[in-house]
Amino acid sequence: MTKLIVILLSAVFINNYVLSRFLGICPFLGVSKKLDSATGMSLAVIFVMMIATAVTFPIQIYLLVPNHLEYLQTIVFILVIAALVQLVEIVLKRYIPALHKSLGVYLPLITTNCAVLGVTILNIDEGYTFLEAMVNSLGSGLGFFLAMVMFSGVRSKIEGADIPESFKGLPVTLIAASITSLSFLGFGGVIENMFPV
Amino acid sequence: MNEILIAVIPVVIIGVVCAAVLVVASKLMAVKEDERFPAVRDCLPGANCGACGYAGCDGYAKALCEDSAVPTNLCIPGADSVAKQLSEVLGVEFADVVEQVAVVHCSGDCAHTQDKVAYSGIESCAAAKLLYGGKGSCTFGCLGLGDCANACPQNAIIIKDGVAQVMTCDCIGCGLCVKTCPNRLISLVPDVKTTIVACSNRDKGAVTRKVCSVGCIGCKKCEKVCPSGAIKVTDNVAAIDYDKCTDCGACAENCTTKCIKVEDLRGCHHFNKQ
Repeated sequence: MTKLIVILLSAVFINNYVLSRFLGICPFLGVSKKLDSATGMSLAVIFVMMIATAVTFPIQIYLLVPNHLEYLQTIVFILVIAALVQLVEIVLKRYIPALHKSLGVYLPLITTNCAVLGVTILNIDEGYTFLEAMVNSLGSGLGFFLAMVMFSGVRSKIEGADIPESFKGLPVTLIAASITSLSFLGFGGVIENMFPV
Repeated sequence: MNEILIAVIPVVIIGVVCAAVLVVASKLMAVKEDERFPAVRDCLPGANCGACGYAGCDGYAKALCEDSAVPTNLCIPGADSVAKQLSEVLGVEFADVVEQVAVVHCSGDCAHTQDKVAYSGIESCAAAKLLYGGKGSCTFGCLGLGDCANACPQNAIIIKDGVAQVMTCDCIGCGLCVKTCPNRLISLVPDVKTTIVACSNRDKGAVTRKVCSVGCIGCKKCEKVCPSGAIKVTDNVAAIDYDKCTDCGACAENCTTKCIKVEDLRGCHHFNKQ
Protein backbone atom coordinates (compact mmCIF):
# COMPACT_ATOMS: atom_id res chain seq x y z
CA MET A 1 0.00 0.00 0.00
CA THR A 2 2.78 2.38 0.97
CA LYS A 3 4.50 1.62 -2.30
CA LEU A 4 1.37 2.59 -4.25
CA ILE A 5 1.12 5.89 -2.39
CA VAL A 6 4.80 6.57 -3.00
CA ILE A 7 4.36 5.79 -6.71
CA LEU A 8 1.31 8.05 -6.93
CA LEU A 9 2.84 11.00 -5.10
CA SER A 10 6.20 10.80 -6.83
CA ALA A 11 4.46 10.62 -10.22
CA VAL A 12 2.52 13.76 -9.39
CA PHE A 13 5.26 15.85 -7.80
CA ILE A 14 8.80 14.53 -8.20
CA ASN A 15 8.71 12.88 -11.58
CA ASN A 16 6.10 15.25 -12.94
CA TYR A 17 5.87 14.43 -16.61
CA VAL A 18 5.83 17.97 -17.84
CA LEU A 19 8.03 19.77 -15.36
CA SER A 20 10.64 17.11 -14.53
CA ARG A 21 10.64 14.70 -17.45
CA PHE A 22 9.80 17.31 -20.07
CA LEU A 23 7.30 15.12 -21.87
CA GLY A 24 4.07 16.56 -23.24
CA ILE A 25 5.52 20.05 -23.60
CA CYS A 26 3.49 20.71 -26.74
CA PRO A 27 0.06 20.75 -25.05
CA PHE A 28 1.66 22.33 -21.98
CA LEU A 29 2.59 25.39 -24.02
CA GLY A 30 -0.18 25.18 -26.58
CA VAL A 31 -3.36 24.59 -24.60
CA SER A 32 -2.52 26.30 -21.29
CA LYS A 33 -3.72 29.72 -22.40
CA LYS A 34 -7.15 29.37 -20.87
CA LEU A 35 -8.10 27.51 -17.71
CA ASP A 36 -11.08 25.65 -19.14
CA SER A 37 -9.23 24.32 -22.16
CA ALA A 38 -6.30 23.38 -19.90
CA THR A 39 -8.68 21.43 -17.65
CA GLY A 40 -10.34 19.70 -20.60
CA MET A 41 -7.00 18.70 -22.05
CA SER A 42 -5.71 17.43 -18.70
CA LEU A 43 -8.82 15.34 -18.03
CA ALA A 44 -8.44 13.79 -21.47
CA VAL A 45 -4.77 13.06 -20.73
CA ILE A 46 -5.59 11.35 -17.42
CA PHE A 47 -8.25 9.30 -19.16
CA VAL A 48 -6.09 8.27 -22.09
CA MET A 49 -3.04 7.50 -19.93
CA MET A 50 -5.12 5.10 -17.83
CA ILE A 51 -6.70 3.20 -20.71
CA ALA A 52 -3.45 3.19 -22.69
CA THR A 53 -1.65 1.56 -19.77
CA ALA A 54 -4.49 -0.89 -19.25
CA VAL A 55 -4.16 -2.05 -22.85
CA THR A 56 -0.43 -1.85 -23.55
CA PHE A 57 0.66 -3.56 -20.33
CA PRO A 58 -0.97 -6.92 -21.22
CA ILE A 59 0.29 -6.62 -24.79
CA GLN A 60 3.84 -6.27 -23.54
CA ILE A 61 3.58 -9.12 -21.03
CA TYR A 62 1.55 -11.63 -23.03
CA LEU A 63 2.45 -10.81 -26.63
CA LEU A 64 5.82 -9.13 -26.99
CA VAL A 65 7.87 -10.69 -24.19
CA PRO A 66 6.98 -14.36 -24.89
CA ASN A 67 7.78 -13.91 -28.58
CA HIS A 68 11.00 -11.94 -27.90
CA LEU A 69 9.65 -8.94 -29.78
CA GLU A 70 10.43 -6.28 -27.16
CA TYR A 71 12.16 -4.21 -29.84
CA LEU A 72 8.74 -3.65 -31.45
CA GLN A 73 7.47 -2.01 -28.27
CA THR A 74 7.43 1.58 -29.52
CA ILE A 75 5.69 1.03 -32.82
CA VAL A 76 3.16 -1.46 -31.44
CA PHE A 77 2.32 0.85 -28.54
CA ILE A 78 1.81 3.82 -30.85
CA LEU A 79 -0.40 1.76 -33.12
CA VAL A 80 -2.48 0.33 -30.31
CA ILE A 81 -2.88 3.63 -28.44
CA ALA A 82 -3.94 5.49 -31.57
CA ALA A 83 -6.52 2.87 -32.50
CA LEU A 84 -7.72 2.63 -28.92
CA VAL A 85 -8.31 6.34 -28.54
CA GLN A 86 -10.22 6.44 -31.80
CA LEU A 87 -12.35 3.55 -30.57
CA VAL A 88 -12.95 5.21 -27.21
CA GLU A 89 -13.98 8.38 -28.99
CA ILE A 90 -16.55 6.53 -31.08
CA VAL A 91 -17.92 4.72 -28.03
CA LEU A 92 -18.09 7.91 -25.96
CA LYS A 93 -19.85 9.78 -28.75
CA ARG A 94 -22.49 7.05 -28.88
CA TYR A 95 -23.06 6.28 -25.21
CA ILE A 96 -21.78 9.19 -23.10
CA PRO A 97 -22.22 12.28 -25.26
CA ALA A 98 -21.80 14.58 -22.26
CA LEU A 99 -18.30 13.27 -21.54
CA HIS A 100 -17.49 13.33 -25.25
CA LYS A 101 -18.49 16.96 -25.39
CA SER A 102 -16.40 17.96 -22.37
CA LEU A 103 -13.29 16.09 -23.55
CA GLY A 104 -14.03 17.45 -27.00
CA VAL A 105 -11.24 17.85 -29.49
CA TYR A 106 -8.57 17.03 -26.91
CA LEU A 107 -9.23 13.32 -26.99
CA PRO A 108 -7.98 12.69 -30.56
CA LEU A 109 -5.33 15.38 -30.10
CA ILE A 110 -3.42 13.40 -27.50
CA THR A 111 -3.43 10.03 -29.26
CA THR A 112 0.17 10.44 -30.26
CA ASN A 113 1.28 12.61 -27.38
CA CYS A 114 4.71 11.66 -26.08
CA ALA A 115 3.55 11.89 -22.45
CA VAL A 116 1.04 9.10 -23.08
CA LEU A 117 3.56 6.90 -24.87
CA GLY A 118 6.15 7.80 -22.22
CA VAL A 119 3.92 6.60 -19.38
CA THR A 120 3.27 3.24 -21.02
CA ILE A 121 6.92 2.60 -21.82
CA LEU A 122 8.25 3.82 -18.46
CA ASN A 123 5.72 1.61 -16.66
CA ILE A 124 7.41 -1.37 -18.30
CA ASP A 125 10.96 -0.10 -17.81
CA GLU A 126 10.31 0.42 -14.11
CA GLY A 127 9.18 -3.19 -13.78
CA TYR A 128 5.84 -2.29 -12.19
CA THR A 129 3.04 -4.78 -11.61
CA PHE A 130 -0.24 -4.07 -13.40
CA LEU A 131 -1.75 -2.31 -10.37
CA GLU A 132 1.37 -0.23 -9.82
CA ALA A 133 1.41 0.66 -13.50
CA MET A 134 -2.19 1.86 -13.31
CA VAL A 135 -1.46 3.94 -10.20
CA ASN A 136 1.59 5.40 -11.89
CA SER A 137 -0.51 6.35 -14.93
CA LEU A 138 -3.11 8.00 -12.72
CA GLY A 139 -0.37 9.90 -10.88
CA SER A 140 1.25 10.99 -14.12
CA GLY A 141 -2.09 12.22 -15.45
CA LEU A 142 -2.76 14.10 -12.22
CA GLY A 143 0.73 15.58 -12.41
CA PHE A 144 0.00 16.76 -15.94
CA PHE A 145 -3.29 18.22 -14.70
CA LEU A 146 -1.50 20.04 -11.88
CA ALA A 147 1.13 21.46 -14.22
CA MET A 148 -1.45 22.58 -16.77
CA VAL A 149 -3.73 24.28 -14.25
CA MET A 150 -0.84 25.97 -12.47
CA PHE A 151 0.66 27.15 -15.69
CA SER A 152 -2.61 28.48 -17.06
CA GLY A 153 -2.82 30.55 -13.88
CA VAL A 154 0.71 31.83 -14.45
CA ARG A 155 -0.10 32.66 -18.06
CA SER A 156 -3.23 34.59 -17.16
CA LYS A 157 -1.01 36.72 -14.89
CA ILE A 158 1.50 37.19 -17.71
CA GLU A 159 -1.29 38.37 -19.98
CA GLY A 160 -1.89 41.41 -17.78
CA ALA A 161 1.76 42.13 -17.05
CA ASP A 162 3.85 44.84 -18.66
CA ILE A 163 6.46 42.86 -20.57
CA PRO A 164 9.32 44.27 -22.68
CA GLU A 165 8.46 44.08 -26.36
CA SER A 166 11.18 41.55 -27.20
CA PHE A 167 9.94 39.09 -24.56
CA LYS A 168 6.28 39.18 -25.50
CA GLY A 169 4.57 35.98 -26.55
CA LEU A 170 6.54 32.74 -26.59
CA PRO A 171 9.81 33.92 -24.93
CA VAL A 172 8.15 35.00 -21.71
CA THR A 173 6.03 31.84 -21.73
CA LEU A 174 9.14 29.69 -21.94
CA ILE A 175 10.81 31.64 -19.13
CA ALA A 176 7.72 31.23 -16.98
CA ALA A 177 7.65 27.51 -17.78
CA SER A 178 11.26 27.10 -16.72
CA ILE A 179 10.67 28.92 -13.44
CA THR A 180 7.59 26.79 -12.78
CA SER A 181 9.59 23.61 -13.38
CA LEU A 182 12.40 24.90 -11.15
CA SER A 183 9.86 25.25 -8.36
CA PHE A 184 9.06 21.55 -8.69
CA LEU A 185 12.67 20.71 -7.86
CA GLY A 186 11.72 21.66 -4.33
CA PHE A 187 9.71 18.45 -4.03
CA GLY A 188 12.83 16.30 -4.50
CA GLY A 189 13.40 14.08 -1.50
CA VAL A 190 10.16 15.04 0.20
CA ILE A 191 8.34 11.80 -0.59
CA GLU A 192 11.28 9.60 0.35
CA ASN A 193 11.47 11.24 3.75
CA MET A 194 7.72 10.99 4.27
CA PHE A 195 7.70 7.23 3.68
CA PRO A 196 11.06 5.87 4.75
CA VAL A 197 11.44 2.35 3.30
CA MET B 1 14.77 -12.63 -43.95
CA ASN B 2 13.01 -14.62 -41.30
CA GLU B 3 13.76 -12.03 -38.61
CA ILE B 4 12.24 -9.31 -40.72
CA LEU B 5 9.10 -11.35 -41.30
CA ILE B 6 8.78 -12.10 -37.59
CA ALA B 7 8.86 -8.37 -36.92
CA VAL B 8 6.62 -7.28 -39.79
CA ILE B 9 3.87 -9.86 -39.50
CA PRO B 10 2.81 -9.14 -35.88
CA VAL B 11 2.70 -5.41 -36.54
CA VAL B 12 0.65 -5.92 -39.69
CA ILE B 13 -1.71 -8.25 -37.85
CA ILE B 14 -2.15 -5.77 -34.99
CA GLY B 15 -2.73 -2.99 -37.51
CA VAL B 16 -5.33 -4.98 -39.42
CA VAL B 17 -7.12 -6.00 -36.23
CA CYS B 18 -7.21 -2.39 -34.99
CA ALA B 19 -8.48 -1.20 -38.36
CA ALA B 20 -11.19 -3.87 -38.44
CA VAL B 21 -12.32 -3.01 -34.92
CA LEU B 22 -12.47 0.69 -35.78
CA VAL B 23 -14.45 0.08 -38.97
CA VAL B 24 -16.95 -2.14 -37.19
CA ALA B 25 -17.24 0.30 -34.29
CA SER B 26 -17.78 3.32 -36.50
CA LYS B 27 -20.47 1.47 -38.45
CA LEU B 28 -22.23 0.03 -35.41
CA MET B 29 -22.08 3.09 -33.23
CA ALA B 30 -22.49 5.83 -35.78
CA VAL B 31 -24.30 8.76 -34.22
CA LYS B 32 -27.16 9.88 -36.39
CA GLU B 33 -27.00 13.53 -37.22
CA ASP B 34 -30.49 14.92 -36.98
CA GLU B 35 -31.82 14.48 -40.50
CA ARG B 36 -34.07 17.51 -40.05
CA PHE B 37 -31.08 19.79 -39.59
CA PRO B 38 -30.41 20.53 -43.29
CA ALA B 39 -34.11 21.14 -43.90
CA VAL B 40 -34.37 23.46 -40.90
CA ARG B 41 -31.20 25.25 -41.88
CA ASP B 42 -32.51 25.81 -45.40
CA CYS B 43 -35.59 27.59 -44.04
CA LEU B 44 -33.49 30.23 -42.33
CA PRO B 45 -32.40 33.27 -44.32
CA GLY B 46 -28.69 32.82 -43.59
CA ALA B 47 -28.03 36.40 -42.57
CA ASN B 48 -26.30 35.15 -39.38
CA CYS B 49 -27.42 38.34 -37.66
CA GLY B 50 -27.96 36.77 -34.25
CA ALA B 51 -31.34 38.41 -33.67
CA CYS B 52 -32.72 35.03 -32.54
CA GLY B 53 -30.24 34.95 -29.67
CA TYR B 54 -28.22 32.02 -31.04
CA ALA B 55 -24.80 32.04 -32.68
CA GLY B 56 -25.87 32.46 -36.27
CA CYS B 57 -28.42 30.55 -38.31
CA ASP B 58 -26.60 27.23 -37.77
CA GLY B 59 -26.85 27.66 -34.03
CA TYR B 60 -30.56 28.40 -34.17
CA ALA B 61 -31.21 25.45 -36.50
CA LYS B 62 -29.30 23.13 -34.15
CA ALA B 63 -31.23 24.39 -31.13
CA LEU B 64 -34.51 23.89 -33.00
CA CYS B 65 -33.61 20.29 -33.86
CA GLU B 66 -32.42 19.40 -30.38
CA ASP B 67 -35.03 21.07 -28.23
CA SER B 68 -38.67 21.15 -29.25
CA ALA B 69 -39.31 23.91 -26.68
CA VAL B 70 -37.32 26.41 -28.75
CA PRO B 71 -39.90 28.65 -30.43
CA THR B 72 -39.93 28.83 -34.21
CA ASN B 73 -40.73 32.53 -34.32
CA LEU B 74 -37.37 33.88 -33.16
CA CYS B 75 -36.09 34.72 -36.63
CA ILE B 76 -37.00 38.38 -36.96
CA PRO B 77 -35.44 38.97 -40.39
CA GLY B 78 -37.22 35.85 -41.67
CA ALA B 79 -40.55 37.00 -40.29
CA ASP B 80 -43.76 35.01 -40.71
CA SER B 81 -42.79 33.11 -43.85
CA VAL B 82 -39.72 31.54 -42.20
CA ALA B 83 -41.62 30.79 -38.99
CA LYS B 84 -44.29 29.04 -41.07
CA GLN B 85 -41.73 26.94 -42.93
CA LEU B 86 -39.95 26.03 -39.69
CA SER B 87 -43.21 25.00 -38.07
CA GLU B 88 -44.03 22.78 -41.04
CA VAL B 89 -40.62 21.10 -41.04
CA LEU B 90 -40.61 20.52 -37.30
CA GLY B 91 -44.32 19.75 -37.02
CA VAL B 92 -45.07 22.30 -34.33
CA GLU B 93 -47.69 24.98 -34.10
CA PHE B 94 -47.01 28.20 -35.93
CA ALA B 95 -46.71 31.35 -33.86
CA ASP B 96 -46.76 34.77 -35.40
CA VAL B 97 -43.50 36.66 -35.49
CA VAL B 98 -43.57 40.15 -34.13
CA GLU B 99 -41.64 41.91 -36.86
CA GLN B 100 -39.55 44.71 -35.61
CA VAL B 101 -37.90 47.59 -37.33
CA ALA B 102 -35.18 49.91 -36.17
CA VAL B 103 -36.09 53.52 -35.45
CA VAL B 104 -33.71 56.38 -34.72
CA HIS B 105 -34.66 58.42 -31.69
CA CYS B 106 -33.20 61.67 -32.94
CA SER B 107 -34.37 64.16 -35.51
CA GLY B 108 -31.75 66.83 -34.96
CA ASP B 109 -30.69 67.35 -38.56
CA CYS B 110 -28.78 70.32 -39.94
CA ALA B 111 -31.91 72.47 -40.01
CA HIS B 112 -32.69 72.03 -36.32
CA THR B 113 -29.37 71.85 -34.54
CA GLN B 114 -25.81 73.08 -35.03
CA ASP B 115 -22.29 71.81 -34.73
CA LYS B 116 -20.32 73.11 -31.78
CA VAL B 117 -16.93 72.16 -33.22
CA ALA B 118 -15.49 71.16 -36.58
CA TYR B 119 -14.55 67.51 -36.30
CA SER B 120 -11.95 66.11 -38.64
CA GLY B 121 -10.91 62.93 -36.88
CA ILE B 122 -11.66 59.31 -37.65
CA GLU B 123 -14.96 58.89 -39.50
CA SER B 124 -16.58 56.92 -36.71
CA CYS B 125 -19.27 57.84 -34.21
CA ALA B 126 -17.51 55.88 -31.46
CA ALA B 127 -14.32 57.90 -32.00
CA ALA B 128 -16.13 61.24 -32.30
CA LYS B 129 -18.09 60.52 -29.12
CA LEU B 130 -14.84 60.36 -27.15
CA LEU B 131 -14.05 63.95 -28.09
CA TYR B 132 -16.29 66.14 -25.93
CA GLY B 133 -19.30 63.95 -26.69
CA GLY B 134 -19.24 64.57 -30.42
CA LYS B 135 -19.27 67.55 -32.73
CA GLY B 136 -22.96 68.40 -32.42
CA SER B 137 -24.17 70.84 -29.82
CA CYS B 138 -26.50 68.12 -28.48
CA THR B 139 -24.39 65.44 -26.83
CA PHE B 140 -27.28 62.97 -26.83
CA GLY B 141 -28.06 63.24 -30.52
CA CYS B 142 -27.00 61.44 -33.66
CA LEU B 143 -23.29 61.85 -34.34
CA GLY B 144 -23.94 61.39 -38.04
CA LEU B 145 -20.78 59.50 -38.94
CA GLY B 146 -22.60 56.32 -39.83
CA ASP B 147 -21.41 53.57 -37.49
CA CYS B 148 -24.94 52.18 -37.71
CA ALA B 149 -24.96 52.41 -41.48
CA ASN B 150 -21.71 50.43 -41.60
CA ALA B 151 -23.10 47.81 -39.26
CA CYS B 152 -26.30 47.31 -41.23
CA PRO B 153 -26.17 44.09 -43.27
CA GLN B 154 -28.96 45.37 -45.53
CA ASN B 155 -27.55 48.85 -46.12
CA ALA B 156 -30.88 50.10 -44.86
CA ILE B 157 -29.48 53.08 -42.97
CA ILE B 158 -28.37 56.29 -44.60
CA ILE B 159 -27.08 59.50 -43.07
CA LYS B 160 -29.27 62.34 -44.28
CA ASP B 161 -28.60 65.92 -43.20
CA GLY B 162 -26.40 64.64 -40.38
CA VAL B 163 -28.96 62.24 -38.91
CA ALA B 164 -29.20 58.49 -39.43
CA GLN B 165 -32.34 57.43 -41.22
CA VAL B 166 -33.63 53.88 -41.36
CA MET B 167 -35.19 52.99 -44.67
CA THR B 168 -37.90 50.93 -43.10
CA CYS B 169 -38.63 48.96 -46.26
CA ASP B 170 -35.15 47.44 -46.22
CA CYS B 171 -34.82 47.00 -42.45
CA ILE B 172 -34.88 43.37 -41.32
CA GLY B 173 -34.97 44.17 -37.61
CA CYS B 174 -31.75 42.34 -36.73
CA GLY B 175 -30.76 44.95 -34.16
CA LEU B 176 -27.08 45.20 -35.09
CA CYS B 177 -27.34 48.99 -35.36
CA VAL B 178 -28.90 49.15 -31.89
CA LYS B 179 -25.74 47.70 -30.40
CA THR B 180 -23.46 49.88 -32.50
CA CYS B 181 -24.78 53.36 -31.76
CA PRO B 182 -22.58 54.91 -29.06
CA ASN B 183 -25.45 57.17 -28.02
CA ARG B 184 -27.98 54.31 -27.93
CA LEU B 185 -30.29 56.24 -30.23
CA ILE B 186 -31.68 53.30 -32.15
CA SER B 187 -34.22 50.84 -30.82
CA LEU B 188 -36.38 48.11 -32.29
CA VAL B 189 -40.08 48.85 -32.44
CA PRO B 190 -42.86 46.45 -33.46
CA ASP B 191 -43.66 47.35 -37.05
CA VAL B 192 -47.39 47.54 -36.34
CA LYS B 193 -46.81 50.71 -34.32
CA THR B 194 -46.55 54.14 -35.89
CA THR B 195 -45.79 56.55 -33.08
CA ILE B 196 -42.19 57.21 -32.18
CA VAL B 197 -40.37 59.70 -29.98
CA ALA B 198 -37.63 61.15 -32.14
CA CYS B 199 -35.42 62.54 -29.40
CA SER B 200 -33.17 61.15 -26.70
CA ASN B 201 -31.99 64.32 -24.99
CA ARG B 202 -32.07 63.85 -21.22
CA ASP B 203 -31.17 67.46 -20.40
CA LYS B 204 -33.72 69.78 -18.83
CA GLY B 205 -36.05 71.55 -21.23
CA ALA B 206 -34.24 74.89 -21.28
CA VAL B 207 -30.91 73.27 -22.11
CA THR B 208 -32.47 71.10 -24.80
CA ARG B 209 -34.17 74.13 -26.34
CA LYS B 210 -30.83 75.88 -26.74
CA VAL B 211 -29.18 73.06 -28.68
CA CYS B 212 -32.02 71.73 -30.81
CA SER B 213 -35.37 73.05 -31.96
CA VAL B 214 -36.97 69.61 -32.25
CA GLY B 215 -35.74 68.17 -28.96
CA CYS B 216 -37.98 66.80 -26.25
CA ILE B 217 -38.18 69.40 -23.51
CA GLY B 218 -39.95 67.15 -21.06
CA CYS B 219 -43.09 69.30 -20.88
CA LYS B 220 -45.25 66.25 -20.14
CA LYS B 221 -48.03 67.44 -22.44
CA CYS B 222 -48.01 64.07 -24.17
CA GLU B 223 -48.37 62.32 -20.83
CA LYS B 224 -51.51 64.31 -20.09
CA VAL B 225 -53.19 63.81 -23.46
CA CYS B 226 -52.44 60.11 -23.81
CA PRO B 227 -55.75 58.25 -23.26
CA SER B 228 -54.10 54.94 -22.48
CA GLY B 229 -51.27 56.07 -20.21
CA ALA B 230 -48.68 54.68 -22.58
CA ILE B 231 -46.33 57.63 -22.66
CA LYS B 232 -44.16 58.66 -19.74
CA VAL B 233 -41.56 61.36 -19.37
CA THR B 234 -38.55 59.96 -17.55
CA ASP B 235 -35.22 61.77 -17.32
CA ASN B 236 -36.70 64.72 -19.26
CA VAL B 237 -37.48 62.66 -22.33
CA ALA B 238 -40.73 61.01 -23.37
CA ALA B 239 -40.81 57.25 -23.79
CA ILE B 240 -43.61 55.13 -25.23
CA ASP B 241 -44.68 51.83 -23.71
CA TYR B 242 -45.60 49.93 -26.88
CA ASP B 243 -47.61 47.36 -24.96
CA LYS B 244 -50.11 50.06 -24.07
CA CYS B 245 -49.83 52.43 -27.04
CA THR B 246 -52.87 52.40 -29.33
CA ASP B 247 -51.40 54.66 -32.02
CA CYS B 248 -54.11 57.27 -31.56
CA GLY B 249 -51.64 60.01 -32.42
CA ALA B 250 -52.81 62.41 -29.70
CA CYS B 251 -49.31 62.86 -28.33
CA ALA B 252 -47.88 63.73 -31.72
CA GLU B 253 -50.58 66.32 -32.36
CA ASN B 254 -50.00 68.02 -29.02
CA CYS B 255 -46.21 67.80 -28.86
CA THR B 256 -44.77 71.28 -28.23
CA THR B 257 -41.60 70.75 -30.25
CA LYS B 258 -43.01 68.12 -32.65
CA CYS B 259 -40.46 65.56 -31.59
CA ILE B 260 -43.12 62.84 -31.45
CA LYS B 261 -43.78 61.59 -34.93
CA VAL B 262 -46.27 59.32 -36.61
CA GLU B 263 -44.62 57.21 -39.28
CA ASP B 264 -46.08 54.15 -40.92
CA LEU B 265 -43.63 51.34 -40.28
CA ARG B 266 -45.84 48.66 -41.82
CA GLY B 267 -46.46 47.31 -45.25
CA CYS B 268 -43.08 47.32 -46.88
CA HIS B 269 -41.20 45.04 -44.50
CA HIS B 270 -38.36 43.50 -46.45
CA PHE B 271 -39.30 39.87 -46.03
CA ASN B 272 -43.04 40.44 -46.38
CA LYS B 273 -42.46 41.29 -50.00
CA GLN B 274 -41.25 37.80 -50.80
